[in-house]
Amino acid sequence: MTKTTDNVALNDWQAVGDVDEITSGKRRNTRLLGQDIIVEMDGERARMFEANADGGMGAEHPAQILYGYVWVTLGTPAKPPLDMPEFKEDGRRLVSCGAVTVRASALRIVENFLDMSHFPYVHTGILGEEPVTEVTDYRFEVRQPDDEIWATDCNFFQPQAAASADGGQVSEYMYRVSSPFVSVLYKTCPVVEGAWDLVGIFVQPRDEGVCDVHTFMLVFDDTSTYTDLVHFQHEIFMQDRSILENQRPTGLPLSPKRESAIKADGSSMLYRRWLRQKGLTFGTYQGDEETEAA
Amino acid sequence: MIQFYDYVLSGSCYKVRLFLALIGQEYEAVPVDYYPGGEHKTPEFLELNPLGQIPVLKDGDVTLRDAQAILVYLAGKYDTARTWYPADPETQGAIAMWLSFAGGEIMNSSAARLHDMLFYDFDIDKVRATAHAAFRVLDDHLTDREIDGADWIVGNIPTIADIACFPYVALSSDGGILLDDYHAIRRWINRLKKLPGFEVMPGIHAT
Repeated sequence: MTKTTDNVALNDWQAVGDVDEITSGKRRNTRLLGQDIIVEMDGERARMFEANADGGMGAEHPAQILYGYVWVTLGTPAKPPLDMPEFKEDGRRLVSCGAVTVRASALRIVENFLDMSHFPYVHTGILGEEPVTEVTDYRFEVRQPDDEIWATDCNFFQPQAAASADGGQVSEYMYRVSSPFVSVLYKTCPVVEGAWDLVGIFVQPRDEGVCDVHTFMLVFDDTSTYTDLVHFQHEIFMQDRSILENQRPTGLPLSPKRESAIKADGSSMLYRRWLRQKGLTFGTYQGDEETEAA
Repeated sequence: MIQFYDYVLSGSCYKVRLFLALIGQEYEAVPVDYYPGGEHKTPEFLELNPLGQIPVLKDGDVTLRDAQAILVYLAGKYDTARTWYPADPETQGAIAMWLSFAGGEIMNSSAARLHDMLFYDFDIDKVRATAHAAFRVLDDHLTDREIDGADWIVGNIPTIADIACFPYVALSSDGGILLDDYHAIRRWINRLKKLPGFEVMPGIHAT
């Protein structure tokens, strides 16, 4: 496919790579919203160009560095990337876990990220364990003026909630969706009382059904090695990947008719409705809802 | 204590982890920052394995690279019943043939997976086709074995040949290689998952 015409997706900031990996002078050839792009560092500054059919550099678009990642846009965003003041707090470690390609809609990645009900079955022994499978009631809302989804008061028993966790705990979560392809969860820190650890996904939609998922952690943890933290996150993410790749339809259905089927998961329902109200089409299911097999 | 240089998403490391679990042997895992860090290409790691590959196993004065070599060593040393790598030359020759296959032809499935997940630069059509050709050989072999009343690659009980071949066959959908046409392989995978002590890895689900 070629560059999407979906202005909701175009007029948004997307993370397209870890700034340390796009070292000075080294280009990253990648893809965003159906468009081949080139990302490179020019001194301390990140730049992004459309790639021409012959691989040469075409039109330049805005790029900026934030949270250790290069963020770019193919359009004209009305608002900056999300604000995460925790990045300025002392004592936290930023762990960039690298990008992983998934043959799934970027929206499916975010929706799965919000879903706690799969923990005992997919992340058995880590984020959940049978027979404790119930997702207790939690709150979910769209917060203005930033137009972000927040789900709060999410509680779940977890056998190993974090790399630093020593035994099981009831974790409290807050989920935040700041734009269609960006989500962060705030999770009870097992080490520092009253603090939240952050785990975030910046999903880079390459095509309708393919994306690169950039995952980071921003945690208080003096004991785990960097590699321990990365492996913890990789294990969880890869447990999801094969399931995400097999979800059908590939695109996320946004029709209101589908909501009854997912009523159990309030944040998923709210995410789909929020996307529908924005008019986003990239990565959504465009088929006939009536004839589609359930 | 056995030290095992490990990466949670590596199918080759999983061969060793799985075998250690099946024989109930304890070990100390040493996590290697394979991705995104590329620790296996650092000078320190190249001292351990000049090929810059995982896994590596250290046990006392013994340092071994290559999952297949490690399986041979562990089975010989720690499987006291000597069922996973029996001592007779006929069985050992057959096992060696399939160990080589596991470290050779089947690794095309690993290449497809690295290409599709982690941006490795392989000719994806070629590696997928080569993996399919290898899977066809394995499926035909397993079909013949079933006709002979045997459930495993060599002999009537599971051996390290099964363990070496299993991960990158079971993980093949990660690299866009589907097993729909390989019925004997799929039955063999299900049998393997039922072995006492079986352990999953991300991308391989319990039955």
